[in-house]
This record gives sequence, C-alpha cells and structure tokens, in this order.
Amino acid sequence: MSHLLNNRIEKKFCELKLKKQKGLICYVMGGYPDPKTNEKIISSIVDGGADIIEIGIPFSDPIADGPIIQEASFRALQNGINPDICLNLIRKTRKTYPDIPILIMTYSNILQRKGFKKFMETAKDAGTDGFILPDMTIEESKEYLEYSKKLELASVFLVAPNTSNFRIKKTLDVSTGFVYVVSVYGTTGMRNSINKYTLNAIKNIKKLSSNRTNISVGFGISTPDQVKLMSNFGADAVIVGSAIIQIINSNKDNNIHQLQNKLKNYVTTLKDACYDR
Amino acid sequence: MTNLQEFPIAGKYGRYGGKYIPETLIPAINELEDAYIKIRNNPKFKRELNYYLQNYAGRPTPLYFAKNLTDYVGGAKIYLKREDLLHGGAHKTNNCLGQCLLAKKMGKKRIIAETGAGQHGVGTAMAAAVLGLKAEIYMGSIDIERQKLNLFRMELLGAKVHSVNTGTKTLKDAINEALRDWITNVKDTYYLIGSVVGPHPYPMIVRDFQRVIGEEIKSQLKDISTRSPDALVCCVGGGSNAMGTFFPFLDDDTVSLYGVEAGGLGIRTGKHSATLKVGSEGILHGMRTYLLQDEYGQINDTHSISAGLDYPGVGPQHVHLKNIQRAEYVTCNDNAALDAFFKLSRLEGIIPALESSHAVSYAMKLAKKMRADQNIIVTLSGRGDKDIDQVINFRKKYIGGSK
Repeated sequence: MSHLLNNRIEKKFCELKLKKQKGLICYVMGGYPDPKTNEKIISSIVDGGADIIEIGIPFSDPIADGPIIQEASFRALQNGINPDICLNLIRKTRKTYPDIPILIMTYSNILQRKGFKKFMETAKDAGTDGFILPDMTIEESKEYLEYSKKLELASVFLVAPNTSNFRIKKTLDVSTGFVYVVSVYGTTGMRNSINKYTLNAIKNIKKLSSNRTNISVGFGISTPDQVKLMSNFGADAVIVGSAIIQIINSNKDNNIHQLQNKLKNYVTTLKDACYDR
Repeated sequence: MTNLQEFPIAGKYGRYGGKYIPETLIPAINELEDAYIKIRNNPKFKRELNYYLQNYAGRPTPLYFAKNLTDYVGGAKIYLKREDLLHGGAHKTNNCLGQCLLAKKMGKKRIIAETGAGQHGVGTAMAAAVLGLKAEIYMGSIDIERQKLNLFRMELLGAKVHSVNTGTKTLKDAINEALRDWITNVKDTYYLIGSVVGPHPYPMIVRDFQRVIGEEIKSQLKDISTRSPDALVCCVGGGSNAMGTFFPFLDDDTVSLYGVEAGGLGIRTGKHSATLKVGSEGILHGMRTYLLQDEYGQINDTHSISAGLDYPGVGPQHVHLKNIQRAEYVTCNDNAALDAFFKLSRLEGIIPALESSHAVSYAMKLAKKMRADQNIIVTLSGRGDKDIDQVINFRKKYIGGSK
C-alpha cells in the first residue's frame, strides 16, 4: 500500500492504533433529509464519537445500494440536492471540524461528468480526504488514481468475499487510506446475522495485507455486537450507513433535538464497542 | 487502420466500454468471459445453437423485397430483414438462445434478465423454458403497465416477473435491480443482458449472438443481386439489432450504416431517447458510453412511443462507430414512427414493432434521395402485435380522432 503521509485518514488510523481502538466510520447521505438538518446530523455523529465521516453524493442509479440508501438518494435528488450542495456541506463541516477525516462515497459518473481532475480538485479544496467509488474497478482507475496521488486524496477500493487472493493483493497495492471489505454478497443495508464467510474474508485480507493496510468492514453492520465480532477477526474499522439513515427516517415528527440525541447515543454505543477490553 | 471487426480491444471500443462494476461481480464477469472465449468457436456448441436457431426459432428469416413500399416511396429498393418472423416475435430470441445455452454449459441454473418492452423478457422466458432453466425477469412497473400482454406471456412461459418500483420505474431501473440481484446471488445466477450494453464482455457476447442477422443478409443478398447493400438501416435503443446487422459489413466501406434513435416528441422538447444524437460521455451500467444526463451526471428520464427504445444509454461500440464516422445516427419522432407503422401495415400487410417502425420511417426518407438501382436493407427487428394498445392510446392522447 502506498501511504499518504499528510492525509487525515492515515493520521486517524495511527492515532487509533496508539489508543488501541478500532475506528468507527459513519455514513450520511449529503443533504438528506435537508441541508440544514444534515449539518446537525453530522455534528451529532461526530459528538457521538465517529472517527471518520463518509458523505454520500446521491446518484440516480445506485446499483451497489440496498433499499434504504436507494430511497434516500432518490428523495435527496427530488429535493434538488446536487454535488455542489454536498461539497458546500463538506466545506462547512471542515470549518467546524478541522481534523476529522471526510470521505466522499458516490458513483463514478458524478466525477466523470465534471471530469475526474476538476471534480477531485474541487473536492480537495472543500476539505475532502478521499473517495469511495463502488463501481470503480482497478482496471478502469488510471485517471482516478493519477489525480488521487497528485492531490493526496485517498482512493479507497473495495474487496468482496469472493475476490481472489491475486486480486486482493493488486487492490491492496492501489488502495490508500484503507481497503473497504464488503462483508456480504449483496447491496448495502442492515443484516441480522453475520456469515462465517465474512469473518474468514476479513481474516484472509488481514493476512494478505501483512498488517500494512487498514481494513474497514462495511455493508450490513448496525449493532455493537457486530462491531466487536468484526474487530475480533481483524477489522481496523467498521462502516455504518443504512442504520443511520433508518434513524433519520424514523424521526417522523421532525423533532431535531430528539433526532440529534438518538443519533448521538446510537453512535456512542457503537463507538463503545470499538474499545479494546 | 485497425480492422473494425477486431473490436473490442482489451474490453474497449476506442475509449468506450470497459467494466465499471461492484467488486462482487468481477469474478462472475471474468468467469463469463473465460467460458465464452473457450466455447464460442467450439463446433459442438455452434452446432447445438444452430440447431435451436433453425428448428426452434425459425432461422434463417427471409430477406423480403418490399415492392409496394418501394413503389410508394419511389427511389431505392427497400428490403426488409424479417426478424419479426423469428419465434418470439423479435430478434431478441437470437441472443437469448445463445446466452441461455452458454449459461447451461457454465452450469448455471438460474437466469435473471431485465426487460423494457418485454421482448427480451419473453425471449429469455422462452429460451429458459426450452433449455430447462429457471428465469426471473425484472421489469419497470411503468413498462408493465404499457406492455401488459408481454407480462402475461412471460408468466405463461414459466418465468417469474419482478415489478421494479424504484427510480423512473422503466428499463434502466430494471437493469439496476437485476444487477443488485446478481450481486446478491452471484454464485449460481447467470445475468442475461438483452442488448449490446453493460460491462465487458456483454456488448461483445450479445453482438456475436446477433451478428447472424448481418451474416444472413450477406448470403441472401448474393441470391438476388450482385452488389452489396448500399445502406443498412436499423433502430437503436441499446443497439443490438443494429450491431448484429452492421457488424459483418463494418469493414466494407461501400455500405452506409444508419442507426435510428427515438426522437420522441422532438429533440427540443427534451422528451426523447436520442442518446447518440444529443447525449454526452458518462459511466452507467458497467460501461463508459454516451448517456442522456444532466449537468451533474444524474441520468435523465427518457421518452419514446416504443418502450424498447426508451433507454438513456447505448452500446459502447455504437459510440465508437459514431466517433470514427463509420455509422451515422439519426432520429425519428414518435409521429413519424407511427406513420411508418400504419404505412407498412397497409402497404405490405406487415405490422411492425414500434421500435422497427423508426427504422422503416427513416428508410422511406432515405430511399427518396437514392437511385432506383440502389438498395436499402431495413432490419425489421420485431412485429407490432405487442404495440396495438400503445398505438391506440397514443393516437387518443396526441392526435385525437381516428384515422
């Protein structure tokens, strides 16, 4: 793995290791349910103890996402949320939290449309630390990697339970910040149980990385027990997304203080599961 | 210059094509490519596919000289490649039989597919039934509404149809949902894409199973004329019947190639599916291609009187052919397509699919500008029985009264 020394993500993982903690990465859909509430949501999540924030830019055709994030993208787009609004949100978040790592999760066409160079420069300028593009493959990543390197942005690639060892090694070579282990066969969204193949995949990737790459596990994680289990099998961080959107959706009476408390408490219970004891 | 039949090179057509897919699908895509490359020239596989194409689906389809239409238009002779006569009622059957047979050889038992107009769904359901496979079809709920008959046909043929209620509830969302199913059930499932779209190797595989159209035209033409065709005209949604027709003629520069996209209610209204004509470069459904999209890269709603052309993307090889100016892509509006639908029905006793009516309409325009000793071949990709309701509704909505 190539290291980006000046990147907040790398620094965060170093810090976590010193403190013997696992990392908690929380996903929010940019501008959802509306830009104002979204800012408050991010604050609650950071206050609750999130180590890294992932901001989703809604795309019309999110093939890697399950029903909860699909619906959130759809509604965000209907409310007029666009990449510019999301980047402004990142700019604001960066001002409030100078040190928290921020990643953009979106689909390749959002970058392609403006041009990879231009979009990534703007994102960098807004305070972004890297990208997660679930439909970007290492085969097609030449341009993307070129500007990731130039701009010192993390390029987080995904590996799946069925990815071959040969390909895992290739992915570890180009993935910076961390490598995103997709825990299941399927799209994003909460699951009740954890499969044995998931734990084996984490163990295997951990071994192949020889401890040189940070491993984050996502897709389907929502409970403290799941966080502990993933950590025990070698995950350096866990990623939680749909569960957070679900809490936002359950705030039917639009009580923002109640929502903030709920989110903060939820994130805190997950973060508690990240301490080594 | 590179021989155009050599594409894709490293999975790409110029800079288009490629594979932009979630990592979970990479092993499946690679397995598919390996299996296909191993089997495509295997004589036993070819014999078996040919057997089904001839005895089950009814190939070869006729190349018919549309004399009445030719006389009516005046100008070049118009020939129709009668894919409407193929079992299932459209060219889709060629690809469905090919891919189902491939899936069977790969040991896959469960087939999933997307469908817009329902023709690919019907083709998949038929091929799966005859080859003993289980088929599940994803179809947008809006498309189900406008193609009720095809829904019943698929169910009759033993397929399970999933109504897709996300996004625009049409073909592109059916593809998204099929891809999500594939990500979830990747180990035992074969995804049967219906057009020359999607991640590599799909655009190549579908093209190869459709090129039988062009190959047959080549040999049939020899029987009636000494010259090669002057022009080939096909409708283009994803572009599979066009690519199947064009491909054997790509390196013969004396043959002009025309792809006809759906102009819908007119390019200026924004309600159309003219991806090649007014789209821009982007990444969707696993490929780099042209898309109808907004300034931020969100995919636009499309419109066409024919559900089969209602797609915001297009096969990557078509983009390449357009860019190197080997093929010309034009549009035909809903009204003009409808006019051709009626003309062909009355003049030749052939009710064409609304998709194919776009090609017929452009061929009529083109023929007028050409000499009587020249010829145009139109691929009549499907028959219009499925479109009767749509035609009645459309006339009520936009034209009023009866004709």
